[in-house]
Amino acid sequence: MKKKFNLEDLDCANCAAKMEEAIKEIPGVINASVNFLAQKMMIEAPDDQFDAIVEKAVACIAKVEPDCKVIL
Amino acid sequence: MTKKQKAAFIRIIITALIFFPLLILEHTGGLDKLPLAARIIVFLIPYGIIGYDVVKKACRNILKGKVFDENFLMMIATFGALAVQEFPEAVAVMLFYQVGELFQSYAVGKSRKSISDMMDMAPEYANLETEGGISSVDPDDVPVGSIIVIKPGEKIPLDGVVIEGDSMLDTSALTGESVPRRIHENDDIISGCINGNGTLRVRTTKEYDDSTVAKILELVENASDKKAKVENFITRFAKYYTPVVTLSAVALAVLGPVISGGGVASVSKWLLRACTFLVVSCPCALVISVPLGFFGGIGAASKKGILIKGSNYLEMASKVDTVVFDKTGTLTKGEFKVSKVIARNMTADELLEIAAHAESYSTHPIAVSILEAYERVSAETSATGGTKDREEGSEKSTSGRIDPSRIENAHEDAGHGVDALIDGKHVVIGNGKHMDKHGIKYDPCDENGTIVYVAEDGRYAGAIVISDTVKDGASEAIDTMKRAGVNKCVMLTGDREAAAKSAAKELKVDKYYAELLPGDKVSKVEELLKSENEGSYLAFVGDGINDAPVLARADIGIAMGSMGSDAAIEAADIVLMDDDVRKISTVIKISRRTMKIVRQNIVFAIGVKLAVLVLSAFGITNMWAAVFADVGVAVLAILNSMRTLKST
Repeated sequence: MKKKFNLEDLDCANCAAKMEEAIKEIPGVINASVNFLAQKMMIEAPDDQFDAIVEKAVACIAKVEPDCKVIL
Repeated sequence: MTKKQKAAFIRIIITALIFFPLLILEHTGGLDKLPLAARIIVFLIPYGIIGYDVVKKACRNILKGKVFDENFLMMIATFGALAVQEFPEAVAVMLFYQVGELFQSYAVGKSRKSISDMMDMAPEYANLETEGGISSVDPDDVPVGSIIVIKPGEKIPLDGVVIEGDSMLDTSALTGESVPRRIHENDDIISGCINGNGTLRVRTTKEYDDSTVAKILELVENASDKKAKVENFITRFAKYYTPVVTLSAVALAVLGPVISGGGVASVSKWLLRACTFLVVSCPCALVISVPLGFFGGIGAASKKGILIKGSNYLEMASKVDTVVFDKTGTLTKGEFKVSKVIARNMTADELLEIAAHAESYSTHPIAVSILEAYERVSAETSATGGTKDREEGSEKSTSGRIDPSRIENAHEDAGHGVDALIDGKHVVIGNGKHMDKHGIKYDPCDENGTIVYVAEDGRYAGAIVISDTVKDGASEAIDTMKRAGVNKCVMLTGDREAAAKSAAKELKVDKYYAELLPGDKVSKVEELLKSENEGSYLAFVGDGINDAPVLARADIGIAMGSMGSDAAIEAADIVLMDDDVRKISTVIKISRRTMKIVRQNIVFAIGVKLAVLVLSAFGITNMWAAVFADVGVAVLAILNSMRTLKST
């Protein structure tokens, strides 16, 4: 499954790159991207693990930039 | 401004109101009598108001084991200033840093908005026809095969087929040209266009995610994932830049007092210089402005109906040296038209008229071309007042319609020609063999194209030449491309040598290769790729229908005339939504402009930072300049990048 999420208050381009790196390292993630300009996160992961992976990704984002919120 | 920006703005105002009177007092000596502890407290108040979040974030990141973060560096720099008792400096640096951050966030928000405005072709709703009437729903929720209603002025939400109504469509959101397109029942319509003044009922043929508008939006959004070489360079640069600058700052603080021989007395001076280094150590200006520049360039192109599938293609397009064209469908219309009428013993219009009537029962492509030419010529004559035929009875030649009552005994001889009685005269039309069969003497014609001979009552009446016609603007396109800096234009075709030669001459291409089989085109392009110089690129332009392998093989594959064609959008790197070859030079111009702005930003940002680093190592500049080199440069670079959004 591939899904896009909107992000709020993503203020730093460097952080977006760091988030992307961190999310890609979550086990099970096939592909992921964090687009600074579009303020969007894309996650591609197997259906059965998807929700768990999204949860981990949200935690990754909070770790890099606590102000940044994922709109689920 | 967002909530967060407003809060930052208020904090900046409050800090400025406290800080500037303090600064004046400090300079006029008003604070000299205060004990040190009081002075510290007085300055720590504005410092706390403006900088508490930076310090908070920095501490949190340290706990997570992350140094080299922007907040951490700002905290160390200002703490350093406080430690050497440069209190106003510390507050000022934090204040300007926050002002810069605010500007930066505002500028980023602005550019995000202008990009999303430009991509404002996503439909918000669809009027779904249900048993209980019409309801407005999310286009995502409309299943394939549903009936939707599109009212005048609304966006077409989904691809489909018109089942009722007719209207004009404004395709400008997709093609960049506001030439309206007429549509009727049974026509396919594609999402993203705007309906004119008729109400349409449409049966959807695709889900929203597969419809044209969703595909295009996704493509443009994902374009920034395919990074240009320059972007990769910036990413690598940013990775090393911060640690290197930070380590030099440490070196400066430690070795400075030793090497200069200033001893303990000069420690604070060197510490301040080291702190200045830290302020400049964030590569933000580059990290934001370079991708933004590419995004803007891609956005500007999509506004003109050009889809660029990645920043890397935009970068390559700026260095295109050779453009290879597929002839049919790209430079020529790919449809056969009457290009010449050679009449004997009658006028050209009369010849066309009898030929059209005789061919009117045939469905052969040649017959269709002759009928089209007849309709076109008649329309032109009636528009100019039907000059020469007026007295003979205008009902005959200016109507442009075939009058079936004038035709008798039509008979088609497949592969050769037709014959029929038109107004009682025996008309024979066809190729040379057909003429021989009817025992008619004719003048062989060596024009380029397909030749159709016409005879009336056994007497040769003339010939009609049918050939593929060059597209409007094709030769202008090649001309502007040359002026935009393309060195070589090459035409490939499967056509005969003669046809290729005449088209090549008309279009003024540098070279052409004729009689190529589809596989030969790939090897020709490979051959041309080999002769390409290092650092220059080859683009192949095709109609995307049967040249997918060639599109894939070229450095840049450009597909055109593919509005709504999935295959072309898949195969190509750059897609021209309408049929206009002239857009290729527009792509080149946009790419050059984008690259120029990106390069300006890189040189400017790195230049200013290096200058400030050198100056501060020698103590010529202060922390204020360093703050400018950090956030000021970022803001200016963002503003510069936004220029790429403007169309050329």
